[in-house]
Amino acid sequence: MPIDKPKPAPVRHPLSVRLWHWTNAAALLILLMSGLMIFNAHPRLYWGQFGANADPAWLEIGDEDGRGYVQLGERRFDTTGVLGVYQGADGSQKTHAFPYWATIPSEYSLADARLWHLAFAWIFSLGLSVYMLAGLWRGHIRARLHITREQWAPRFIWQDVKDHLRLRFPKGNEAHDYNILQKFSYIAVIFLLLPLMILTGLTMSPAMNAAWPWLLDIFGGRQSARSLHFLISFALTAFFMLHMVMLLLAGPVPHIRAMITGRLARRNDL
Amino acid sequence: MTKNAKIILPRRRLLKLAGASAGALLLGGCDALNKNKDVRNILSSAETLHKRAQRLIMDRNALAREFGESDMSPHFRMNGSITGDTAEYKRHLAEHFANWKLRVDGMVARPAAYSLAQLMAMPSREQITRHDCVEGWSAIGKWRGPQLGPILDRSRLLPAARYIIFHCADRFGPDPYYESIDLIDAYHPQTILAWGMNGEILPTGHGAPIRLRTERQLGYKQAKFIMRIEATDDYNKFGKGKGGYWEDVADYAWYAGI
Repeated sequence: MPIDKPKPAPVRHPLSVRLWHWTNAAALLILLMSGLMIFNAHPRLYWGQFGANADPAWLEIGDEDGRGYVQLGERRFDTTGVLGVYQGADGSQKTHAFPYWATIPSEYSLADARLWHLAFAWIFSLGLSVYMLAGLWRGHIRARLHITREQWAPRFIWQDVKDHLRLRFPKGNEAHDYNILQKFSYIAVIFLLLPLMILTGLTMSPAMNAAWPWLLDIFGGRQSARSLHFLISFALTAFFMLHMVMLLLAGPVPHIRAMITGRLARRNDL
Repeated sequence: MTKNAKIILPRRRLLKLAGASAGALLLGGCDALNKNKDVRNILSSAETLHKRAQRLIMDRNALAREFGESDMSPHFRMNGSITGDTAEYKRHLAEHFANWKLRVDGMVARPAAYSLAQLMAMPSREQITRHDCVEGWSAIGKWRGPQLGPILDRSRLLPAARYIIFHCADRFGPDPYYESIDLIDAYHPQTILAWGMNGEILPTGHGAPIRLRTERQLGYKQAKFIMRIEATDDYNKFGKGKGGYWEDVADYAWYAGI
């Protein structure tokens, strides 16, 4: 008598998505850390077309009398040990905005940070473009991220919020479809925050300002674009942390496995 | 309770240790890669990509944004060298550049020299543009001076000439400041030899008697205290070969459009 072969679990993440996910994760980490080093070269942020030391900054990370601080408008917060003043890898006291463990490279070098940042900006931008085109072309984005009419119902959204607050998450293949909050956050990251990072980044390039002058108009100037670039990088960091929390709550092993092998459940789980 | 503490503590310590070692591994790995020559070469190849891509989508003569008087920075900070350092420069500064001459030579058919008065008598361009330091700050100022293109035409570039070198009078230690641009930027309408700034004669701190304005690139390309302009087929022949002082010393990209 022939033995029934177990049916394979449905594919949760196609190969293109898995490749992009990990490439993008690595690129974003390198972009963040090298970006923090670039920020260290001039740890002040402004709104508008121009901004330098004599102009008012809305955010500044600095040091005074051996104490590190973050100045947000008129308010100053002591951040000694973490921001502004910190202990270097060799134990000596350093005075840069972001400490060595958060930057690439760990020793101050604007030139090297730009080398990493601008090279990985290509990997990040091309990766996102290919992912978007492939996802739209093959219908994957529509299939997974399109919010159905049923999901838009307030009752449905409220139910999802309650489920999240009670930390009640679908397991196994029930988790195949993204819930509404998940879709909202993925759509916001993929179609809003990540493209905005590329556009605000390009707005800081003097040659791009000549090529695409409208960049300056949509963001209100190079220094505004620089501020937005910085703020969105923190929004993405917040997304990453939430992503990790949700991963831990939903069950890290099957979900990480799904992002590597493509399948959420093993055959014998079915 | 003691039982729980016993279980939690080592786990916490273990987590901490794992976190710290993962961090050290990552940092150490990145720093090792950062020093690796092959890795640096691969990363640096992005520079060519930037230049090609930007030149591809940008019209050769696409202009940098020009601003109005009301958009100007109230205070335009001085940076880099704030004076020339050579004995020759100091003499010229004391004489208010009355005997100073800008030499134009190298791969040209007719080498020339221009006094400051001659440069100021040439048709000049005035532009209110944004100066972007590689560090991240920007300042908007008004610049005035003759376009570089017609000056190069007067000396007739030889067909082999591909780059323009700017020899400067400022020094960081023993090394003279210099910069280089290619002919696309040299002939760009906004590329001027500025002798005026914000409606006045260019102050010493901003590069008197003349500084370069090449508006589609970052601040370190805007050479100050220019003494000599030299046409060449290859910038590798100058300094340590990377086309400019900061390129040589700190490994900044030669193409500073981004």
